Amino acid sequence: MASIALKNVSKSFGGREVIASLDLQIERGELVVFVGPSGCGKSTLLRLIAGLEDVSSGQLLIDGRDATQLPPAWRGLSMVFQSYALYPHMSVRDNIAFPLKMARRDKETIERKVTEAARVLNLQDYLDRKPRELSGGQRQRVAIGRAIVREPVAFLFDEPLSNLDAALRVNMRMEIAELHRQLGATTIYVTHDQTEAMTLADRIVVLNAGRVEQIGPPLELYRRPATLFVAGFIGSPRMNLLGGAAASRYGAATIGIRPEHLSLSTSEGRWHGKVSLAEHLGSDTFVHVDVAGLGTIAARAAGDLDVRHGETLWLTPDESCLHRFDAQGRALAA
Amino acid sequence: MASTHTGATARLMLSPAVALLLLWMAVPLAMTLWYSLHDYQLLMPRGNDFVGLENYVYFLTDPAFFQSLANTFALLAGVLAITVIGGVGLALLLDRPMHGQGIVRLLVVSPFFVMPTVSALVWKNMFMNPVNGLFAWIAQVFGMRAIDWLAEAPLLSLTLMVAWGWLPFATLILLTALQSLDAEQKEAAEMDGANAFARFIHITLPHLARAIAVVILIQTIFLLSLFAEILVTTNGGPGTQSTNLAYLVYSQTLLRFDVGSASAGGMVAVVLANILAIFLMRLVGKNLER
Amino acid sequence: MARASDNRHKLLVTSVAWVVALAIFFPILWTVLTSFKTEGAAVAIPPQFLFFDWTTQNYAEVWARTDYLRHFTNSVVISVGSSLLGLFIAIPAAWSLAFSPTRRTRGVLMWMLSTKMLPAVGVLVPIYLLFKSAGLLDTRTGLVIVLMLSNLPIMVWMLFTYFKEIPRDILEAARMDGATPGRELLYILAPMALPGIASTLLLNVILAWNESFWTLNLTAASTGSLTAFIASFSAPEGLFYAKLSAASTLAIAPIVVLGWLSQKQLVRGLTFGAVK
Ligand SMILES: Nc1ncnc2c1ncn2[C@@H]1O[C@H](COP(=O)(O)OP(=O)(O)O)[C@@H](O)[C@H]1O
Ligand SMILES: [Mg+2]
Repeated sequence: MASIALKNVSKSFGGREVIASLDLQIERGELVVFVGPSGCGKSTLLRLIAGLEDVSSGQLLIDGRDATQLPPAWRGLSMVFQSYALYPHMSVRDNIAFPLKMARRDKETIERKVTEAARVLNLQDYLDRKPRELSGGQRQRVAIGRAIVREPVAFLFDEPLSNLDAALRVNMRMEIAELHRQLGATTIYVTHDQTEAMTLADRIVVLNAGRVEQIGPPLELYRRPATLFVAGFIGSPRMNLLGGAAASRYGAATIGIRPEHLSLSTSEGRWHGKVSLAEHLGSDTFVHVDVAGLGTIAARAAGDLDVRHGETLWLTPDESCLHRFDAQGRALAA
Repeated sequence: MASTHTGATARLMLSPAVALLLLWMAVPLAMTLWYSLHDYQLLMPRGNDFVGLENYVYFLTDPAFFQSLANTFALLAGVLAITVIGGVGLALLLDRPMHGQGIVRLLVVSPFFVMPTVSALVWKNMFMNPVNGLFAWIAQVFGMRAIDWLAEAPLLSLTLMVAWGWLPFATLILLTALQSLDAEQKEAAEMDGANAFARFIHITLPHLARAIAVVILIQTIFLLSLFAEILVTTNGGPGTQSTNLAYLVYSQTLLRFDVGSASAGGMVAVVLANILAIFLMRLVGKNLER
Repeated sequence: MARASDNRHKLLVTSVAWVVALAIFFPILWTVLTSFKTEGAAVAIPPQFLFFDWTTQNYAEVWARTDYLRHFTNSVVISVGSSLLGLFIAIPAAWSLAFSPTRRTRGVLMWMLSTKMLPAVGVLVPIYLLFKSAGLLDTRTGLVIVLMLSNLPIMVWMLFTYFKEIPRDILEAARMDGATPGRELLYILAPMALPGIASTLLLNVILAWNESFWTLNLTAASTGSLTAFIASFSAPEGLFYAKLSAASTLAIAPIVVLGWLSQKQLVRGLTFGAVK
């Protein structure tokens, strides 16, 4: 287990800056999630840490030692790729054993560790199969198995769940969380899915166009988004963002209010409009109301709320939960 | 780690192939160009005088040149027509479910692997011979005159035997392309009320367009240098009736030992091939981008 | 659609396909049949299809009277030799094009393809004269070199299309797993690249075996490969059909069988990956 520190790290591809100068400190045993829209530089950042790309400038420290120039294998990190990158010509057993074989460990150790990893990951019955004979979830497990047998100082995951179907994704997410709890290893996890980030992370790093927007624990990001971008990215359904007169009333360029912080009424309130859509999820109902001059505002209501398309509703924001942003998109102090 | 070190290794790995091909292409081509501008007779190794474009004038005004040019294109067009049309038909047939599909495929592709000299000799003697050939016997059975194929219709005969060898190639490629056609697309067209013919015209044929283009262009590369079949059957004759450009250059070099005008002929062939090459490069180049 | 009509339809397709396939295959079949006839039966009218006196006499004679074995050996040496030599040069080149692409990669590939389009007649004269002065005419070495060079672009392209399909992720995973370049090659790359290399080899052996332009122009019948050997049968008029058939069968049998084994890769190789 190790701490990882990035100091002023930047990366350009042929003159195009993909990661702007970035500082980050990851503590031992922490699970940090890099989240951001596709193309924002998450994978690149992860690959810089892995050593699969060279940094353009800056320094990478692993456990306080400079690892900027170390080849990938010497950094003691394990990576789980989005495509799993299993070796197609090797059995599951050989795939998991490969890093140990490369480290020239003796046969018994290899056998023992592979068996142990297979047990943890429920792969005992599949050890002699080839990757193509496995389901998506099983392949994912093999990739994780290959990562854990090395007992790395840190795990790197690059969108490991994006090739799985929705139900399996939730399962694997829980398994990864459980695995992290068991092993307690430093982990960096990349995803574009904010739900994954919220549920897994000790701390989230929100990236946008190669820049860090905000770093913090999930709930802090949720409660106090530092920028308009984070406000819009974290939370589902999205925060309602309103400009114009509604915002200047609060001395801001933009205000944000989450759907759960709006109260509904059929008779009175701050804003009113016609219901354009009511999504009944069972536990909750999300009501979309077309407010003249403001656009569509989403609000959360009880699951058994009986509202119909075209009905008029009044909305009132909980002013203590209002987010205010300046013209540059930075959050204003409450 | 895309460091400069690996970049240098990559260049080193690439360079032997590039250097060899450069030599293979540039040196002989430069020599051909040089010879084509000189009076160079193999049997009279006196001074090789610079004669400017005289060889080209000689070669290009030789009636045999125009005949060979016409023959080259006639062979090309004939073989392409037979193989593309036949290939599409065969591919459509072989794509259907049937018993023994694997064996049928093997039978159909076999001619492609028969070496040109064998195929030419077999066709010449056992099929097209006016006395002992199978075609002569068939003509007889139907009470017709036996034709001396290679003497009376040398180009047609060559076209048939060459097309026989290339038909499997076209079929195989078109069949492969056909199998990548999404079945749902055809089903959707069927739901939209398109009959079998309309589906072929609007769905299948456009899907095959690229493969057809590839077939045409690759066969063109090989057919422009068609040689062995002519050498062992007609020797370019009767007269120059079945001489193509490749055979004409060969006969100038190795039969008449006139290196100068043979080289001029070679340059003409290079220019022609380059014009055609541009099209193929465009086509294959598009595929690179993906 | 009812099952019965489905079945009838399939039977119809089957019979049409078999008739067409046999018609296309017929010249080969006829050659093989004729090779087992006596010379008299070979030219009999009406032709005898199956009911003749089968004999292996022709094979015995071709074997005894000609140097079949030497030509066969020449063909093997030339086709396998030029293909192996080609692989030796093409593998590193294709490797570097596939795994270290630069801005020029595309251009290099296109240029290589363009050399294949250079018509052989365009360089016949100088190559002939160069070979003559270097004493390479009528030698196996000479043909190995020429065939290797003329097929090199196809080899590089074929290998490139195979190598490009090896996911980069896997190579990176191996590096993360601590494989040194040598061990990466041994455990990961070689096993994954081998099928592609094997089919490239196979296709090029076939192409070289059947190559006839250079073979006929640079070697004489007596020293050449099977292509040249068979071509020598064209000389005397009124030749012997049964013996010609026996010699032909011997010349094409090995490569037709190899061809059957490689027909899938053939499409990919000969279309430079444009049709898969
Ligand atoms: N090897 C590379 N060469 C050039 N540009 C690259 C390379 N790798 C990534 N990029 C560019 O860097 C940006 C960030 O990519 P990436 O880190 O993969 O994004 P993410 O993983 O967040 O989707 C993208 O615009 C991508 O096009
Ligand atoms: Mg990514």
